[in-house]
Parts: sequence; structure tokens; C-alpha cells
Amino acid sequence: MPPSEVLDLKDDTAEALTVVTHSYPQDSSRLHVTGAAAYIDDILEPAGTLHVACGLAPVARGTLRALDLTNVRAAPEVVAVFTAVDVPGRNDIAPMYADEPVLAQGRVLFHGQPLFAVVARTREAARRAARLGVADIAAEPPILTIDDALAAGTRVLPDYDFGQGDANAALAAAPRTLAGRLAIGGQEHFYLEGQAALAVPGEANAMTVYASTQDPAEVQHIVARILGVAEAAVVVETRRMGGAFGGKETQASQWAAIAALAARLTNRPCKLRLDRDDDFAATGKRHDFRADWRVGFDDSGRLLGYDVTLNARCGCSADLSGGVTDRAMFHATNAYFVPDVTVRSHRLKTDTVSNTAFRGFGGPQGILAIERVLDGIAQATGRDALDVRKANLYRPNHDVTPYGMRVDDAAVLREMVDDLEASCGYRQRRADVAAFNAQGGTLRRGLALMPAQFGISFTLAHMNQAGALIHVYKDGSVLLNHGGTEMGQGLFVKVAQVVAEEFGISLDAVRPTATSTAVVPNASPSAASASSDMNGMAARNAAATIKARMTDIAAEHWGVAPQAIFYAQGRVHAGERSMCFGELAALANKARVSLSATGFYKTPDITWNRQARTGKPFYYFAFGAACSEVLIDTLTGEMRLTRVDILQDVGQSLNPAIDIGQIEGGFVQGMGWLTTEELVFDAQGRLATHAPSTYKIPVASDVPADLRVRFTNRPNHKPTIYRSKGVGEPPLLLAISVYSAILDALHSLAPGAQVPLDAPATPERILMAAHALRQGSRDRALTACPAAATSTPSAADP
Amino acid sequence: MALSSAQARMTLLDWLRIDRGATGTREGCAEGDCGACTVVLRRVKRGVVVNEPMNACILLAGQAHGAEVLTVEDIGDVGGQSAALHPVQEAMVRHHGSQCGFCTPGIVMSLYALYQEAARPVSRADVCDQLAGNLCRCTGYRPIIDAALEACAVPPVEQAVASADSLGAITDEQDVFCGDEEAFFAAPRTEEALATLLARYPDALILGGATDAGLWVTKGLMAPRRVIWLGRVRDLDRIERNATELAIGATATVADAARELATLAPDVGEIVRRFGSAQVRASATVGGNIANGSPIGDLAPCLIALGAMIELAQGAALRTLALEDFFIAYKKQDRRPGEYVRRVLIPLPGNTLDFRAYKISKRMDEDISAVLGAFAIELDGRCIVSARIAFGGMAGTPLRARQTEQQMPGIELDDRNSWQIALDTLVSEFAPLSDHRASAAYRCLVARNLLEKALIELAGVPLAQTRIRAFVGATHAAK
Repeated sequence: MPPSEVLDLKDDTAEALTVVTHSYPQDSSRLHVTGAAAYIDDILEPAGTLHVACGLAPVARGTLRALDLTNVRAAPEVVAVFTAVDVPGRNDIAPMYADEPVLAQGRVLFHGQPLFAVVARTREAARRAARLGVADIAAEPPILTIDDALAAGTRVLPDYDFGQGDANAALAAAPRTLAGRLAIGGQEHFYLEGQAALAVPGEANAMTVYASTQDPAEVQHIVARILGVAEAAVVVETRRMGGAFGGKETQASQWAAIAALAARLTNRPCKLRLDRDDDFAATGKRHDFRADWRVGFDDSGRLLGYDVTLNARCGCSADLSGGVTDRAMFHATNAYFVPDVTVRSHRLKTDTVSNTAFRGFGGPQGILAIERVLDGIAQATGRDALDVRKANLYRPNHDVTPYGMRVDDAAVLREMVDDLEASCGYRQRRADVAAFNAQGGTLRRGLALMPAQFGISFTLAHMNQAGALIHVYKDGSVLLNHGGTEMGQGLFVKVAQVVAEEFGISLDAVRPTATSTAVVPNASPSAASASSDMNGMAARNAAATIKARMTDIAAEHWGVAPQAIFYAQGRVHAGERSMCFGELAALANKARVSLSATGFYKTPDITWNRQARTGKPFYYFAFGAACSEVLIDTLTGEMRLTRVDILQDVGQSLNPAIDIGQIEGGFVQGMGWLTTEELVFDAQGRLATHAPSTYKIPVASDVPADLRVRFTNRPNHKPTIYRSKGVGEPPLLLAISVYSAILDALHSLAPGAQVPLDAPATPERILMAAHALRQGSRDRALTACPAAATSTPSAADP
Repeated sequence: MALSSAQARMTLLDWLRIDRGATGTREGCAEGDCGACTVVLRRVKRGVVVNEPMNACILLAGQAHGAEVLTVEDIGDVGGQSAALHPVQEAMVRHHGSQCGFCTPGIVMSLYALYQEAARPVSRADVCDQLAGNLCRCTGYRPIIDAALEACAVPPVEQAVASADSLGAITDEQDVFCGDEEAFFAAPRTEEALATLLARYPDALILGGATDAGLWVTKGLMAPRRVIWLGRVRDLDRIERNATELAIGATATVADAARELATLAPDVGEIVRRFGSAQVRASATVGGNIANGSPIGDLAPCLIALGAMIELAQGAALRTLALEDFFIAYKKQDRRPGEYVRRVLIPLPGNTLDFRAYKISKRMDEDISAVLGAFAIELDGRCIVSARIAFGGMAGTPLRARQTEQQMPGIELDDRNSWQIALDTLVSEFAPLSDHRASAAYRCLVARNLLEKALIELAGVPLAQTRIRAFVGATHAAK
């Protein structure tokens, strides 16, 4: 083991763990299967609840001259109609840059932007009335695509770059180079529960909002801003979400704010639940990107220089695009060392809905580009793509990222790649695939094995903080609250496990409760794969505080030293003596000891300085590797994933069943992004794929029967909660192996040629690539020509 | 329970959630694609109790007439133990089949229908077919599939006999008319009563399964005032076969017709398998899929290629025309006011006819076709005598490729050069649109390639070498 690599772990994991590290179901699973788990629209409506619907902009760009809402007001059951001028506070829902209004004012920013809201006695009446508004808009030709925005020079935020060495010089000196462009499609979150909020007005400006959000604190902040009241007057509560995936981080604010505004104006409870089509039109998505790249390499496929420009289509406002694009840049070389590298970015402004957080937060786009580049190098050099990948992995003395942070445990990933290569039978299958394709049939197989490295932490340092509040009651039951939200990822059960472990009690004695801004203030969103790290640690700290107090009582009670007290199996022990956890709680209460405590945690060692381009943006990396095999039909472009092997690094798993669920679910979601999920905007900027009838996320049959998931269960080298690792986002990256396998299958049609395939690899794109390869097979000698910078054609945008 | 006229015309989902407060059944899309609203309608069909999964979001509540509506709240408590979970629910918990849980009730109900109805053993493919209409965004489906296989590994627990008896009791012979002249939900029992209603209310919405019309309500915000539902018209769903033809009544659901359709040719069976989803097939009618006139309905191109006729009725007057002549232009059919599609008559293919059909869509299951190509080819040994070729998705209506058909006679399966003129003709025969499903260029190219694929298969290349599903199936079987 070279000294530069940290793999030796201080062994604090040997303790016998009875709750943590064991599999438990999601905290509400029995409520899920019986329909008893309540989402926003299932909450029993307070008497007199009214319903809100929005009128949406029918054009993508222009000046809003007037709104004629006469017919809206006159429609049956309508109680109130309001527009931007009725906002008592500041008309701004933007998380950072004050560039997006709750309701349009002056300018129309995108097709589907809310212009006005109508409040009616029934949901149906509100929606019907909302269609009766007449907007007088001086429409202008919209800027829609990345090409449009580059031509017009429009940005939501300044360009940014970083790098190491001199990429230009390295490219000039490299024995071989390639260049190309890769268009990368966006993705709709398609959380099954659409955006929804229920706002209940109270006395003296109070407002309680039940919102489906990953970030109750942000919703509280925005609602207070819109209403022009103190944040202390607003309570936001979230028990669970019916899926989120980043789509309810900033995107929940607007609907909660409109519901709250309606509740303020009518002084009645008001509910807003978006129809699915409106949700598609009016909420942000994963950023589509175009990566423009040049790469220099040697005959063995080793990277010498890489220059990539990541063009991100941000939409009409900055939203979280700064962080998303930064993260794309941080992941621009994935797990590979490039000695001379420049990573540039353009944060492009278009007249489309503002793109936002989505599982991976830009990371997947950055990684897809470099993986495409490595596949291109393999095709050009004739080497196996896995060999090219392995030759470029971070390794001793070649372990500095383009942003200057050292990867000090890269050996973990190298071992994982070797492990997976062997366990999935890569070499034999490679030979099988080659033999099959050599038969020259219309069906072709493709195989790809890739590593993935994902940085864990919010890259904005101040967001890496979490709080928790724990109460122990006299019967020994424990109420748990923390700033993290439950969106299906299993956070509540994981944190409850941590608390149960700390108190030595069973999991069912710990009751997780709805996230509320009135309980834990100023929480960070549940995002960045960091929620169990941060909230788990905060909750353990809270539990430890209470436990220390209880221990003193027990020690005093038995006349032993506090060190002699231990907690196990629902009891508190000192040598041979023991009592129930609840008995001790009652005892402590009698002794007038507080059984309530807050806990707090801030992630250490995050030092990134964006201006100086120095420091560490991440606390640690989560690693993964996946091998995908596909079958394509070169007459139709249809594709099937036939086998997947995944090895994911989850540290020491807090809950293996939950982690496997995250791995499989993340992978399949990533597969959808790269295959069937295609966002198509028409020439007017209207989203043509606006519902599941036209926007196709994976279904059961898209998932291969042969799906093998393992994780390393190797403790994190950083002292995270029980040395686990974040698992929410990293597995999504592994689906890039599906895209690479498709490239591999296509490549068999014209060995040596570069495969012109943008993402998502729909049947149409696959067929058109196959067609181009067959047509252009005569020219392939050119593209493989050493040292000739050639461009891979970009498949036409449909 | 009796519904008011207004209730009968609201969606079953809104009735459940708003009127009944049964919020376990959820709205995910309001267009019958995500399945979060799946309920099971239990009714007596041809003397047998059947459990059919339905998308409550696009079903009008009146369409549940005569059925027991089972929701996720209803199926637990098997064997009388309170708070007990149904085996399907139990397996879903044990296999970690829910994450966010929002889609879970719909999945549970789809699996409940499978559990009750499916012949054992239940395969992974059966489960995937059953779940094609249930979107889950969290799990990646593997644990759900495992849960289904475990729950369905044993025969179903006997369903309540009482419910069968009471269902039998309400299967009456009465016409249903709920409402008044201005606004009603009518479900006539006889064709005579239907004819009377149609003559009196020619503007009424004629409802088959409502898998398309339901969206006019949920997305178009249409409030249908006069609704005539065909689902109770006796014998209008009859499926009959004689020596020369298969006759399918207009209101036969796609699910009910699936078995007979599949006997026409294996590829018809495969197209029907991929038709919508289990929920859609249980509701959608064969007549509706045709009468609707969609250019991308999946049955029409197959049936046109097979030479089907359509029978229309207006009162006692019947007329019959070739199916392709029924489609005049985009969403314009040869159907007169007050006239309804009565039957589809499909000639049984002779043993010299080879039929191939291919559905091309962005996603393999539960997707609307970008292109559907159907090829009915008469062979004399290794030589093509004639062909009927029909496409969906290539024009405003399902359409025959008549120019290409003319180039088919004389093609020698063993001489690829003889294929070329037909292939070249097909690539430019149509001028399809570019839309969000596919570009015109792709449609033209894939249409041509489908003919090539048909010819390759006719020439004798095994399906496991030409079709992804067959390849995967063969590989799977080999293991």
C-alpha cells in the first residue's frame, strides 16, 4: 500500500450493532400497502377548504401587457382570483438570485409559467375557471435550445472554469486526438405524487403549510417572503413525499406560496395540487447539456489532455443551476486522472422552465461526457473499453482531480473494478459478444463496464449542517424529529435505527415524526446524498445528550460509576442489575432531568473556495462500478438491457435492504434518462412530452431479470455515521454503462468508427446511428487516423 | 349503492376520493398511464366472477354499475383477522416493494387482480405484463416483481362467496337511465334500447371503455352531460367464430378478445399483449379502438392487413364495409350520426398466409406506437403471391401501403435482390409527420426495415435472431 493512500481504518466499527446495519422496511411500508399513508391530497381537509389552480402562459417569451380575468371571476364556484399585484411581500421565489416571480409580472419567462391563480370551492371548478383567462402578451421569438442560447450569448450566471496543467499544450503534443460533441437530454422527475400544498391560515399572520417538499425551511422562507411576514409566523410541515428526486427541492416553493397567498387572501384553508400536465409544464427538470470536447491520448488509450466545455441549459432563471453546473464540472473526469485538463462551463439562459436539481445534480452529465470520450478512445485504438478505463483510474501519484482535490482512497475503486470484472465474467462475455456480433445478424450485443466516483457533500459549505430533536417519554417511547425529509429513500428508518442503537432499544420504540420548521429550524434540504450522514449524526448527538443524563441517574440509582452503565435490548444495565429503558426514563423525570435534547452536526473538512479554485468541495467519495449488457435491433433501433451487475460502495451499510433499493432504483432511473425518457419541446417552446402518455419512464419489463447487486460494505475511511456512505445519488451514475453498452453494440457495425449517438439513446437515435455507421463505413479509416482531430457528428435533435 | 346522475358522470377516482373519502386510491396522471389509481372491479361475466384491474382516473363512476369496487382499503383482513394484510400486501412489505409508497396502492391492486385471476404457475413475464400499466419511480421494480412472484406462488385464498352471490343478484336485465333529459348516464341492456337512445340523443357521448374519452374529461375538462355507456348492451360483446371468420362484438374488451385474436396469428397476440396495459385492456373495447379513429390505434393496421370488415348499425339497419374504408381522414370516420360500430369481422387466415406485425415505440411496453406495421403475405412455396400491408403512425389514418403491395408479387424469399424494389418503394410511399414520438425520417426508415425484417423471417431466420424478445426469452430458457 503506497503511503499516499488512506485505507487503514481506525477500527471503531467492531462494536456489536443490533439495529444499525440490519435490514428494516421503510418506516411506513405497512401504511403504503394499505393506502393509509397520507400524502398532501389525502390529508383530511379542514372545513371550508378551497382549491387553487393556476392560469399558465401560452407563449414562451414576451411582454405581459394585460390579463383579462373577467370570465375567470364570473365562473361558477369561484371565490377569488389573484395576480402578481396581489402579492403582499416580494414577488420572488428564487432560492438565490431574485430572478423568478411566483406569478408573472411584466415578462413571460417560459411556456407554462403561472400568470394568475384562481380559488374556487372545488378543484374542478378552479381548473375550469383557470382556462378562461385571456392574456395579452406581446410575444417574441423564444430562445429555446443550447444552440440558440450560445448564438444569443444568454447566461443566467457567469461562465466558470478550472483545470490542472495546460490542456492545450497537452493536446498539441498528444500522439492521438479526438474531438466531438455530445448532446445530453434532460429528464423529468416524474415523482408519482405531483406538486401539492395545503395552506391553513391562523391568527396574527400565522400560516401553516403542509407541503410536499424536500426543503421545508426553504418553503417557509419563500412563503414568508411572499406574504411579507416573519419566518416565525410560518410553519411548514412535511410528513412524506410521494417521490421527489430533486424535483421538490426548490420547485415546491411556488405552489406552497400560491396556496398560502390564496389562504391569506380568502382567510380559508387552500389547497393546490397540480394536474400532471401542468406539473410537467411548470416545474424544472434535469438540465440538458451539450459537452464539446477534445481529448489527447496515447496508443494505449491513456489520457494525456482533456478540454471540455459543459453547456448547460438552465432555463429562464438561475435556480440551482450554479451548483448543478459546478457539480457537472467536478465530475467531468469521473474516476480518471488527466494530467492536463481544462473544464469550462456555460450556464445558458433560455426561455424555458428553469431547470433544477435532479438526483446526481449535474454529476451524471459530466460523467456521461467523459465515458463517451473513453468509449471513443477505445473505438479509435481498438482496445477494450474496460482496459482503457482501467488504465486511467486514479492511482498513486496520479490522484489529483481537475479541481485540485486529492482522491486519497482511490484504491477502493480500483479493487471494486477488478472485483466486478471477475465476478461478472467480463472477459468471457466480451468474447461471447464479439463472436455473436461477428455472425453479422441484425441483432447486436453490447457490453460495458464502468466505474463511478461521486463526491459527497453540498458544495456550498454552509449547507452541510443538520439538526435533530429527540424526546424520551416516561414510558420509554422515543419521539424523533430531524431536519431531513422522507421521500421514499428510507431516511426516517435509517435515522430511527441510529437512535434505537444509541439507546439500546428496539426500532419500534422510536417514532419518526413529520419534518417541521417549528421543530428543527433552518434545516438544509434533503439532498446531495448527505441526509443520513448529517441527520443521522445530529440525531445521534441528541440521543447521546439524553443518554448521558439518563446514565447519571442510573449510576446514582445503583450507586455505580456512569462508565458501568450500558444500554441493550430495551434495558439499562449495570453489571447484573438492569431495568427497562422506560423505568429509567420515569426515574429521570421524577428526578427533574430533561428528557428532551437537540442535536446538531456540521460536516467537517469542506474547504472549497470557488473563486480561488482551491480546497475540498467534498468530505468523501462514494464509488461504484457496473457492467451492463444490451441487445439492439439494428433494423428498428429497439434495445433491451439483458443483464446488469452492480457493485456499490455504501461504506458500512446502515440498512442493507434500503441501500439495495436505492441502488436498484437509482440505476433504473438513470437507465430511463439515457434511453426512453425524452423531453421534446416544440418550436414555440411548448413541452410536447407533457405526461406519462408521451414521456416514458421505465416499466417493469425494462428491468432485466438478470440484475445482480452487491455492495462492498467496507467502512467509510471518514468517520461518518457508523462509517456509512451516501447512497441516494451515486447509483444513478452507473446507468451510463447502459449507454456505453449501446455504443459498443453499434460499434460492431463499423469497427474503428466513432459512433454518432446522443442521449437519450431512443430507438430512433439508435437506428439513425446504425444507419449512419452502415452508410459511412467506407469513411471509417479517416476517423481512426492517428493524430487527426476529427469530429464525431452529433445526432440531429428531433 | 345508487349514484346520482352527476356522480355517475364523474370519474370513479373522484367519486372514491372526494365523495367517499377513500384516499388510498391516488391520482398520478389522470390519463390512465401511471396506474396509481388502479382499483379492481369484481363482476359476473358470462356467469363467472372476475376481478379486473381498472384505472379509476379515466373511468366514469357509472361504468362500475353492477360491479363491486375493490380498493386497497378493502383487500386486507383475509380470514377475518383484523389488521391482517392480504398476501400481496404482506409480500410487498417483506420484499421492500415500496419506497415513497404513492404508487403502491395501485400496484397492490394490479397484483391483487393477478393473484385472483392468474393461472399458476405465474411467471416473471406474467408479472411484468400485469404491471406494465403501473409506474414506480423509486424501486426499479425488482422487489415488486419478487413480491408478486412470492404472493402468486400459491393458489388464491377463496374470495368471499357472499360477494359472488350478491354480485349475481344485481346482474339484472334492466336498462339503466340515471338523470334526466338534459343530463344523464344511460346504460341500455339491449340493442333496441340503445337504438332508441341514439335516435333520441344523437349528440350523446357514446362510451365504450372510456380509455380515451376519459381524458376528454380529465384533461379537456369536458363535462359530458349525456352519456350512453355500451358496457351493458347484451351480446354486443359477443365473440363468435365460424369456419371462415372471427366476429368480435364492438364492446368486447381487448382483454376478453385477446385469446381469440391471438389465434389469428402469433403476432396479433403479441400486439395485443403490448396494447396499453392490463388496466387499459380490461376496459378498452375492440370497437372503441376502431371507432375512435386514431391513426395510432394498434388493432386497425393488423385487422386491415388481415382483410377485416366492419359492421355498423343504425337502428335495425346494418351495413358492412372494408375496415380501411371506414377511416376517411385524421379522426374522421365513415360513421353517420346515431350509427355505432357493431362488430368487426375478420377472415380466418388460410395456411398459405403468413402474418407478421411489429409495433415500434419509444418504450417496449405500455407505449403508443410510433409506427405499427402489419404484413399479410400469401405464399406459394418460397415465392410471394400477394400481400396486404398496413401501417399505423404513417399518416392521419391507418393506411395500406398499396404501392408497395404491388411490388410484392414475385418476390423470391431466397433472392434478396428481388426484395429491393418493394423496400425502396416503401421507404418513400408515405409522408408521415415528425412529432414527439418519432421523426418522419425515422418513421420512413423503420417502415422499410420492418418489411425487410418480415422478409428475413419469412425466409426462415429464427425469431431468436431477429427479435429482441425472442432472443431474451431463448437466452433465459437456456439458463
